[in-house]
Amino acid sequence: MKLLTHNMLTSHVKGVTKGYPLIIKATEVKVNELEFNSQFVSRMIPKLEWSALIQAAEWLGHSQDLPSTLIPDYENDEEFLRKVHRILLEVEVLEGCLQCPESGREFPISKGVPNMLLNEGE
Amino acid sequence: MYPTPLYAPAGCDAFADVYEPAEDSFLLMDALEKDAERLKGSRKNKVDKQPFINEARCVSLIRPSVCLEVGSGSGVVSAFLASVVGPEALYLCTDVNPAAAQCTLQTSHRNHLQLQPVITDLVQCLQPRLNGKVDVLVFNPPYVITPSEEVGSRGIEASWAGGIRGREVMDRVFPMIPQLLSDHGLFYLVTVSENDPEEIVDVLGKSGLNGEVCLTRQAGRERLSILRFSKS
Repeated sequence: MKLLTHNMLTSHVKGVTKGYPLIIKATEVKVNELEFNSQFVSRMIPKLEWSALIQAAEWLGHSQDLPSTLIPDYENDEEFLRKVHRILLEVEVLEGCLQCPESGREFPISKGVPNMLLNEGE
Repeated sequence: MYPTPLYAPAGCDAFADVYEPAEDSFLLMDALEKDAERLKGSRKNKVDKQPFINEARCVSLIRPSVCLEVGSGSGVVSAFLASVVGPEALYLCTDVNPAAAQCTLQTSHRNHLQLQPVITDLVQCLQPRLNGKVDVLVFNPPYVITPSEEVGSRGIEASWAGGIRGREVMDRVFPMIPQLLSDHGLFYLVTVSENDPEEIVDVLGKSGLNGEVCLTRQAGRERLSILRFSKS
């Protein structure tokens, strides 16, 4: 599970109103090298909840001195974009779980894929 | 022009419980291929005679950033979409079947793509974050008419069991489509005649989406239709 994906996930446990962001508890993390595509990163940034990304990076120990708020004119800052690229796409959680911040319910991540299925009644 | 991607061996071994691409999958890919210029956000031929684009919508050809496939199965359709739209978009793939999610991941690797699988029921957990952001939404639903009791499995039956009129699963997704789609977003849906595609166009029409049949094909006993929807 990449942090880009994590940024889009919200807990849907019944009754939960503050299910975002899910807390990452990783037991296995991998860092892959992926070709840098500045266009892709620039296009993704507006879709992100920036603080959730920073928080996720911190949980994985990969904060990389990313700023806590977005810098203006980031499209032209290659160094910045490369840091974002790394955190969005290169860091991957292979095993662990995502925890609902309100209910504590844990959703497993197995072989790189998060399982957000709820059981009946949840 | 766009070849069918290699896909992980759905229907075999570890992926025995994953839907193997069939006529419905291929028809969906054909529809996406037919719309390739539109999906790429091509600005050529803006006022050309493309029958499905009227002038008012010509200016709304924008390169997709976010693509979502509900029920990705083997991942072949998302892989195909990625070959058309290109690497500068996010491809999210959901499936209720964990084996399908792994199969999608394998297909992604085989094609050197970045498909992002999530195991979830339809689009649950991707809302509200994806609301208003999905530029291309693709769904090949379980459309076969079956008893209602057969709906709700998380294994291979989930790929075909559609319950009454074959509509029980897709009907659950319809209310979320207008929420998820971006202003220029497109929604592609596979149906068979028993699902009553005209009524589906009507139902989604009431929630502000313009729909039409973009491709149909007879495959054995099934008369398949690909429906395409966009916001008015």
